[in-house]
Amino acid sequence: MSISLNKCMAAAFSSQDSEALKKSQRGTDESPFVKWTLITVALAFSAVFLLLPLLNVFGQALARGWTFYWSSLTDPDSWAAIRLTLIVAGIAVPLNVLFGLAAAWAIAKFKFRGKSILITMIDLPFSVSPVVAGLMFVVLFGLQGFFGKWLDAHDIKIIFAVPGIVLATVFVTFPFVARELIPVMQATGTEQEQAALTLGASGWQTFWHVTLPSVKWGLLYGIILCNARAMGEFGAVSVVSGHITGQTDTMPLRVEKLYNEYNVPAAFAVASLLALLALITLAIKTFLEWKQARDFRKAQEHKPDSRASGGAMDYPLSTNS
Amino acid sequence: MTKKRFSALPGFGLTMGFTLFYLSALVLIPFVGLVIRACEISWADFWRLATSDRALASYRVTFGASLIAAVANAAFGTLLAWVLVRYDFPGRRWIDAIIDFPFALPTAVAGLTLASLFGANGWLGQFLVPLGIHGAYTPLGIVIALTFVGLPFVVRTLQPVLQSLEREVEEVAATLGAGRLRTFLTVVAPALAPSVLTGFALAFARAIGEYGSIVFISGNKPFKTEIAPYLIFMRLEEYDYAGAISLAVVLLVFSFLLLGAINLLEQWAANFEHQP
Repeated sequence: MSISLNKCMAAAFSSQDSEALKKSQRGTDESPFVKWTLITVALAFSAVFLLLPLLNVFGQALARGWTFYWSSLTDPDSWAAIRLTLIVAGIAVPLNVLFGLAAAWAIAKFKFRGKSILITMIDLPFSVSPVVAGLMFVVLFGLQGFFGKWLDAHDIKIIFAVPGIVLATVFVTFPFVARELIPVMQATGTEQEQAALTLGASGWQTFWHVTLPSVKWGLLYGIILCNARAMGEFGAVSVVSGHITGQTDTMPLRVEKLYNEYNVPAAFAVASLLALLALITLAIKTFLEWKQARDFRKAQEHKPDSRASGGAMDYPLSTNS
Repeated sequence: MTKKRFSALPGFGLTMGFTLFYLSALVLIPFVGLVIRACEISWADFWRLATSDRALASYRVTFGASLIAAVANAAFGTLLAWVLVRYDFPGRRWIDAIIDFPFALPTAVAGLTLASLFGANGWLGQFLVPLGIHGAYTPLGIVIALTFVGLPFVVRTLQPVLQSLEREVEEVAATLGAGRLRTFLTVVAPALAPSVLTGFALAFARAIGEYGSIVFISGNKPFKTEIAPYLIFMRLEEYDYAGAISLAVVLLVFSFLLLGAINLLEQWAANFEHQP
């Protein structure tokens, strides 16, 4: 390709045709009219689909003033929903972080057969509709489910209770941390760990002082994505929660309930907290990507031949809800 | 499955054991449970439940709206990626950062704000509704919500490809006498096509399963604006487990077919990039 390309260039320049040169400039840049039309359309589309929905959340939430906003948030049932969301994310995210670290260690640092099958299975929750995910847990633990009779006899509630909400949340946020960590850990290789072990460090010491620092940004990236989804999950949680006001309503479910009760400003007040969470997530994510790009440039200055360090960051938030 | 080689690192047994345990307990067992329950339904019952008139109507709404939204995403996503990579204009970095907003925003909030925005009293609805454009509680509303939800897929799949595209090739085409449009159609477009298709398929797959945002904006009217995931939810509310599971099987089978297609597309796109 590159040879034929050079030939073309040579041919083009040897003809010394100034007409062709002019044409070439015309040919590599769109005319200003086309360019600015495209930019205008892109800006208009972004305004309608990104900016206005965002501003609308805060506009509607504050439409009746700060006093109403504050009283909507401190309403006991909304407050209970906020607390439940924090509890659920507080359980689901650390569990998935633990899993992500273990899975990434096993997958990235060792060779074994069936690795690609394992990775596919870790990604499975991304391709399942959230409602279907919730249904799976109803089938297992619901009254008519596999363990329903037994759970009922022992007076353990999973479906229509907090444990079911946690399970559904863990399921839908399952792949996030593992997915971010696997490519990062693969890219760092095993030489540094082997060096640490040779120097007499124990396995845990190696993990804490060598592996963890080298993947910390990828880990943080996975955690914020996992957390955003855990706090915002609606479909799966909606199926298993039972919608008991003040007890099994998470923040997104509380938003729906207020909306159905025609208390739209209060629904927006609770929603504004979730939108704020989304903005914070985006800010951290943008910072991490900027940092990664900078680190990558630095690494390239030192090692001009090194290839890209892995696709953790260039594939944001991946598939499916 | 657990044959390790060339690694002096410790912890394989521990981490692999925990990985398999956690994966089985939280993903595989629930999944297998659903499959077992689905197999207990007789074929005749399954067919009746999965192809009832209301179910068929919900597939039409789900797949129809998802397809339109994915096409819109492919078109506007390509445009956005192009503008963000190739042009410099005020606010470019802000737009680039906010592209992922639909990923980060909980779907319930997305549905709530879009329904309000396009409703008769909304910021956009007050101008659109008098023109006869009803963006809330209509099939159009579903398309709007799905377009929002799937927006980042095409942009983010395409951006790295556009960045790595060599400008020299376009220059050569131009030097050889091709106009800008011809260069775009014959040189640029074929290189982008696999990625646009991948992004399209990702957005489509996401739209099929989407629930949270639709519930708020669609009005959920049976036969008109009722999507398949919502019908599953309704069947569960009626304690009609067989009905819910039958619909879930249809959605799952479709998701997996689409996932296979996406994997093939990604391989195709990767081949494209690695060509000499």
